[in-house]
Amino acid sequence: MSTARQADAAAGGRLRAPLFFALMAGLIVLEGMTSGWNSALGILNMGLLSAIMALGVNMQWGYAGLFNAGAMGFVALGGLAPVLISMPPTPGAFKAGGFGILAAFAVAAIAVIGAVWLYRTLRGKLRGLAVAAVLIVGFFTFRWLFDPAVDAIEAINPSAAGNLGGLGLPTLVSWPVGALLAAGAAWLVGKIALGLRSDYLAIATLGIAEIVVAVLKNEQWLDRGVLNVNGIPRPWPVPYEIDLQNSHAFVTKMQAWGIDPTLGSTITVKLAFLLLFVIVIFALIWLTEMSLRSPWGRMMRAIRDNEVSAAAMGKNVTRRHLQIFVLGSAVIGLAGAMMISLDGQMTPSSYNPLRYTFIVLVMVIVGGSGSNWGSILGGVLIWYVWVKAGDWGPDMMAILASPFPAGPFKEHMIDSAAHMRMLVMGIILLGVLRFSPRGLLPEK
Amino acid sequence: MDFLNALVAITNYVIIPATAYGAQLALGALGVTLVYSILRFSNFAHGDTMAFGTGVVILITWGFQAMGISFGPLPTALLALPFGIVITSALMLGTDKVVYQYYRKVKAAPVVMVMVSVGVMFIMNALTRFLIGVDQINFADGARFVINARQWREMTGMSEPLTLRSTQVITVVTAILVVWALFWFLGRTRTGKSMRAFSDNEDLALLSGIDPNRVVAVTWIITGALATIAGTLYGLDKSFKAFTYFQLLLPIFASAIVGGIGNPVGAIAGGFVISFSEVGLTYAWKKVVTYLIPNWEPDGLVQLLSTDYKYAVSFTILILVLIFKPTGLFKGKIV
Repeated sequence: MSTARQADAAAGGRLRAPLFFALMAGLIVLEGMTSGWNSALGILNMGLLSAIMALGVNMQWGYAGLFNAGAMGFVALGGLAPVLISMPPTPGAFKAGGFGILAAFAVAAIAVIGAVWLYRTLRGKLRGLAVAAVLIVGFFTFRWLFDPAVDAIEAINPSAAGNLGGLGLPTLVSWPVGALLAAGAAWLVGKIALGLRSDYLAIATLGIAEIVVAVLKNEQWLDRGVLNVNGIPRPWPVPYEIDLQNSHAFVTKMQAWGIDPTLGSTITVKLAFLLLFVIVIFALIWLTEMSLRSPWGRMMRAIRDNEVSAAAMGKNVTRRHLQIFVLGSAVIGLAGAMMISLDGQMTPSSYNPLRYTFIVLVMVIVGGSGSNWGSILGGVLIWYVWVKAGDWGPDMMAILASPFPAGPFKEHMIDSAAHMRMLVMGIILLGVLRFSPRGLLPEK
Repeated sequence: MDFLNALVAITNYVIIPATAYGAQLALGALGVTLVYSILRFSNFAHGDTMAFGTGVVILITWGFQAMGISFGPLPTALLALPFGIVITSALMLGTDKVVYQYYRKVKAAPVVMVMVSVGVMFIMNALTRFLIGVDQINFADGARFVINARQWREMTGMSEPLTLRSTQVITVVTAILVVWALFWFLGRTRTGKSMRAFSDNEDLALLSGIDPNRVVAVTWIITGALATIAGTLYGLDKSFKAFTYFQLLLPIFASAIVGGIGNPVGAIAGGFVISFSEVGLTYAWKKVVTYLIPNWEPDGLVQLLSTDYKYAVSFTILILVLIFKPTGLFKGKIV
């Protein structure tokens, strides 16, 4: 069966990708004609961000067969970067509590390193006691330094700030920093969970994702928690709508083209983001395709296809897995940082595992595991379906419910239509896994 | 120093809630561990299966309430539970036929099975939402307390209150009965023994004439029953919300792994390890400290960790077990 499918893919291979991308472009254009270009470009921009997340997950799942059930955590961690890097600093916050917090984290780091060192050097009963003592003393010292510092920071102008603020650097700088943050967390998780049973990684990542989001929701000194951070600056070439509308040159140009200047300004902004995202995507695709064709890429595929024989050839499977897991998470973190600068605000309560972890897995599988172009296609296509299923669901349900008399049952049917998209995602995922496990654009 | 009052406070705020929560986690972890040991994959749909089962139970409970049927001082949901189990188990069997069976036939890798279970998770999630929505639902009725604060004070004359909610007692009693029945089934019946044989060594079990389809079907029926019972008990004790059940996946997996995945005794022990650590670390110990150390009023709440970080506790324990004892407290399987 698989050989037949491979032959099939090879026959239609040359035309397959352009056809699917043309279809995708057609859907976006159709959306632009029917619901307006703002909506179409909005879907396309979020679709491209999802595609970058899918690229990252594809590196893990497609190249190495690692199941990351916590993409949400890395997206959220990446999203912290624009807050910490490109927001202006809160006046006085660092002086009030910054040093206390740094000192607290230094104590925590020393305690953990000390505990690890003791664990490695001591033997017998003494070891357990010494490690526990160091950790307990470390924890209470940490809290003793940390709590007053947090109170001091959160007391500063709580209605508008109450957090440390950022460094005031350009937003573009924060994107790679987001990738670094995610990579750091991925290294920690991977170091522990890789090399054990294959689904332990899935469960560990599921956990780290919940914890990252819990931290973002609750640590007000860091990112204002559920109070959200608003007004995160845009990356360098992207203008603000209000500046465009106030610019005489822009307004006259728009009027010359017969476009409403307000509409024109929102579309210009979206196009500017689109341009940035496309540049990032092409850079990532170029890098990943080059690396897949290099000896390193051959090694990764060899490991994925047969771990035992790759290990027998002297490849350190666990180390390579850690490497690809960290790289993939960095890409996911990058997408997270880009998403926050697109939104202009950080809302920790909006991170939902279905949206940011499991849909991204669907994107990768539908596009084709191991295929980078497939991830791009899957990212945009599935995001489009996800958004549109939210619109079509109620319409369809209204038709389905029309023969029933008005009453609680009919109301219940129409209310539940909003959940249609979950069902659609489940059916797509199971359908692709069952009938076309290599996805729309199979890996060559 | 007031040792007795401290003991009462600990019992009231830590031991009783953690025991009930631990029993719920243990039942959830038993379901995960059973699927793992027979079907050999981590079932990501288990949280949503629990939500679905509970949703069905709630609907039937409402039906009974509308018909005026009640269970005296016990919650009506207990009457609805058997019906919920039947429906959920039937859904599990259906899912196996439509979805999982194919992957067993092609001998798919465990990690592919996990991905398939994510697909099932989406569908179960949607079904639950269609069925009952996303809102928080309280469906416990009947007597609320076995001992309430006033009765306790009259009984003992102590200033520190102690309450024992009926849902907590029901949880523990039901869990004990279910676990007893499960172990009796696995240890004494022919089908149960064939399941254990299948779990230990699939090839050998097949050679000795055990019907794999029967083993798998029975596993799904038991899993559906365990998920429904665990979900209903959790919902009675706290409240029902579909998303909370998805989030329970982490402590449940942690329980199963801490105990040793694939090992039923381990799943139960793991459930209690996780629940006691979670409740103990997030409880504000101020009251107990004030009782124990006279003439000293601590400044803060003496809470080691805010309750918002309760999932961090499961996670940390999970990580510690993965580092130091990847097979779990009781010997589990490693594939």
